[in-house]
Amino acid sequence: MMPLLPARSRHRRGIATAAVIGIACALLPISALNAAAKNATPSSLPEAEFRRISAEQYRNIIHDVFGPTVELGGRFEPELRLNGLLAVGASSIAATAVGMEQFDAIARSIASQVVNQKHREQMIPCQPAAVTAPDDACARRFLGKVGRLLYRQPLPGRQLDAHVGAAHVGAEGVKDFYRGLALSLGAMLSSPQFLFRKATLEPDPEQRGGYRLDAHAKASQLSFFLWNAGPDLLLLKAAESGELNSRKGLARQVDRMIASPRLEAGVRAFFVDNFRFDDTVSITKDVALFPKYNAQVMANAREQTLRTIVDLLLKQKGDYRDLFTTKKTFLTRELGAIYRVPVVGTQPNGSPDTWEPFEFPPNDPRGGILTQVAFTATHSPAGRGSPTLRGKALREIILCQKVPAPPGDVDFTLVNNTTSYNTARERLAAHATEPMCAGCHKIMDPIGLALENFDGAGEYRTTENGAPIDASGELNGVKFSDPSGLGRAVHDDPAAATCLVNRLSAYALGRVPANAKQPWVALLQKSFAANGYRVPELMRTIATSDAFYRVAPKGEPSPPKQKAAATTLPQPEIRK
Amino acid sequence: MTTTISRRRVLRGAMDGGAVCVALPFLDCFLSGNGTALAATGTPLPVAFGTWFQALGFTPGRWLPDTVGRDYQNKAELKVFDPFKARMNLISGSKYFLDGHPLATHITGQQIGMTGAIPTSLASAPSIDNLVADVIGTRTRFRSIEVSLDGSRRSVSIRAGSASRTPAEPSPAALYTRIFGPEFKDPNAADFTPDPAVMARKSVLSYVTDARKAFAANLGAADRARLDEYFTSVRQIEQQLDIELQKPAPMQWCLRAEGVTEATPGGVTTDVEINNRLFAKLLGHAVACDQTRIFNVLMQESQGGGGLRQAGSTESWHGWTHEEPLDDKIGYQLQVAWFVEWANKTFFDFLHELESIKEGPGTVLDRMVILWQTDHGNARTHTMDALPIITVGNGGGRFRTGLHISIPGDPTTRVGLTIQQALGVPVNSWGALSNQTSKTMTEILA
Repeated sequence: MMPLLPARSRHRRGIATAAVIGIACALLPISALNAAAKNATPSSLPEAEFRRISAEQYRNIIHDVFGPTVELGGRFEPELRLNGLLAVGASSIAATAVGMEQFDAIARSIASQVVNQKHREQMIPCQPAAVTAPDDACARRFLGKVGRLLYRQPLPGRQLDAHVGAAHVGAEGVKDFYRGLALSLGAMLSSPQFLFRKATLEPDPEQRGGYRLDAHAKASQLSFFLWNAGPDLLLLKAAESGELNSRKGLARQVDRMIASPRLEAGVRAFFVDNFRFDDTVSITKDVALFPKYNAQVMANAREQTLRTIVDLLLKQKGDYRDLFTTKKTFLTRELGAIYRVPVVGTQPNGSPDTWEPFEFPPNDPRGGILTQVAFTATHSPAGRGSPTLRGKALREIILCQKVPAPPGDVDFTLVNNTTSYNTARERLAAHATEPMCAGCHKIMDPIGLALENFDGAGEYRTTENGAPIDASGELNGVKFSDPSGLGRAVHDDPAAATCLVNRLSAYALGRVPANAKQPWVALLQKSFAANGYRVPELMRTIATSDAFYRVAPKGEPSPPKQKAAATTLPQPEIRK
Repeated sequence: MTTTISRRRVLRGAMDGGAVCVALPFLDCFLSGNGTALAATGTPLPVAFGTWFQALGFTPGRWLPDTVGRDYQNKAELKVFDPFKARMNLISGSKYFLDGHPLATHITGQQIGMTGAIPTSLASAPSIDNLVADVIGTRTRFRSIEVSLDGSRRSVSIRAGSASRTPAEPSPAALYTRIFGPEFKDPNAADFTPDPAVMARKSVLSYVTDARKAFAANLGAADRARLDEYFTSVRQIEQQLDIELQKPAPMQWCLRAEGVTEATPGGVTTDVEINNRLFAKLLGHAVACDQTRIFNVLMQESQGGGGLRQAGSTESWHGWTHEEPLDDKIGYQLQVAWFVEWANKTFFDFLHELESIKEGPGTVLDRMVILWQTDHGNARTHTMDALPIITVGNGGGRFRTGLHISIPGDPTTRVGLTIQQALGVPVNSWGALSNQTSKTMTEILA
């Protein structure tokens, strides 16, 4: 993909004039900026909110603006999961000191690449009068263009002045125009205007006394939701021309974005967040117990499930619920070893990463994403499988049902004395008979036990410690005898579709929908069912809804208060 | 008549006399009275503070000494600490109070231990290392350094009002680069020239400060507070640049740490042993070179499917606490007891590595106070009382050591409060609700 930055313009006329203007602006006293900031927004507007962009969104913006050859070194600080979503947690975090150190290092690395010999010709639309001195006009041209894309709106004059001035003092300090420019660009990439998305508001002419996102905030809302990236030039133009504030104009942009191949990035981002695939990068397995397993297998496993999702939902325009039953998937050779099926690459070089479509036979116990390695291995400890962890994950991730935390001061005597067991089912039987444990374990274990045919690394097995595995189970009163049955039960459970709508709407908004938005969520539920549980159509409905861009008018009830103990820190421990 | 009023006597009088806020500033004159806290040059060496959080506690019956005071005998699980006994305190019997909150197993204890409180909203109270850093950590390149031994990126450190714990570094190699990479300035170098590139960075940051602040316009109070965390973090970067632009004070015993060859960061015990020693060396050298005066070590998260485990074993330490039956003959969980002894040996190794970094007649450990805490008294049943706490080091003479002190039923925060006071934090109480205390442990204040 070409970067959004236009190639260098050779027009030099006016540079001298612009340089003069640039210097004059750059020398504005900082106190003037302060005063301007205080007066920038009418105090009558409701309070705006902000959320931090995710690591993936950061990457996407950088690649959109500067192209894929600019590399992001370093690591981002971990994000925060709230109410099941990192997208919701993004509304509660800023940057820790160590996190900021990392943002700063990544920003400087990107900026130095953008201005290096390899990239500057393509990225910077002008040449400085002298490489060893500031050139405010050239800096202004570059920073103005790039700032609009990074900040997702044109830089207000004084913001641009500040960054041109920063490039000036930077260039003076190091006696190098490009390094000075890089310092200013690096500062831009570490600024709150880039790292955080602010929901700036304006009065809503269609809602008496109400407010809506302003056009640029609307463009960002739309773009991050559908593409997991900042607005492109067309969307920014639509925001600036007023097109986005008309229903037809909005629908036009939504149609364009839904039809774009970039929708896949948006769909992937939602499912990575919703299915907690961010965790998969840190999953480890004991190599002595699971010799076929390694980090590459886990990366492939995650990609397998994402490909299954994208193929069914986007390419086949299929029913979301079929994700739990579909026999169709994609495999690499390495995954083929885990699934014990032959995968033959078709590329001449025989690359092991070649993805091949694969369909399990109708009577095969494997089918649906719950039986895929990404689910079974992620929700298992390093050395074995765990029906309880898998059951809990299914309840909480797929069905949006909260499993209560275990009580303190549990007497494990009974459970701990069940020493002679061969299978997890025998071991967990103790939970079913112990009243203190049974209440919660009965809503997790019978689900997870249906996946016992998959060991801790997701490989199919029929015995455990020499004893045959009984993979029967139950979900909300529906009984089944094998993993396929579990998939069908989830497919038919109304909670699966309801959960998807709740999560997708919270993901889009960056918060749990407020009570006043519940009628909108109810409409989304109906629309989802009426459209055959098609996710792209649900995304279109959300993206064209007024409620997606309106903020709570005065008096609108707040969303349910988020509790800290179980959300800011790791989820409460459960019995495995 | 002349009366000698010792610092300890002032504190005792103040605490026994009621709620008096006593500030104990970081005074060089205190340092000069403590022989080993002085470098050969006569320059006072600064105090340092560390935390070590080791989830899953000890095994009942295998650690609590039979007697209190100075002449106690370590039992099996603490026997490894015998060489450090004179430089440690063992505090037994304290408790985490839930005050009606549900017990989030392995989480609540960590929250109370580090912040003195169970959070009631997303905005956390500050952890103790941050309270101490506000006093002793403001003049170093790194305000604090967080590492984890289990491969995770979590630490136990959290800033006031933050929803996010400070990320930890799981890789010794990455930590080496962060501290001793190209940006490290040897404090003992003969020449010092401020780096023009650093000066330019500082100028640029100053230039855009107000443009950044414009972002705060029209944010609500909660979001402004959240944004403050961002600006506090930015100021820390500016402070790092300020420090890089000043000629560092000589640290006579500073040696740039050697490069490291790490084991794979993760939860396998043999790898943890290697990385633990590397981290200890790096942190010790970082303190010796005054790159930081605060560090936090998280030994393991016991949550979910991770945790510490032996290679080839199907079960983690945490898993064993649940899965392993009590052995009828010995009365405890054998695998769990193995892990406790292993973890304590690992902490011993950490201390031993610090002790190997010499500073004149003493070692870098001599001017440290390290606070060891855990989440449960008995991991098997998730109890919140009968907790062990350990302190190591006398902080350059600020702390008395060599004692086993029993404080049955008292909040754990008594230990943290006493450490804060010893290190100069102007505070006379710490914690919230039943975990709040104003009872200094005067017996360990020097």
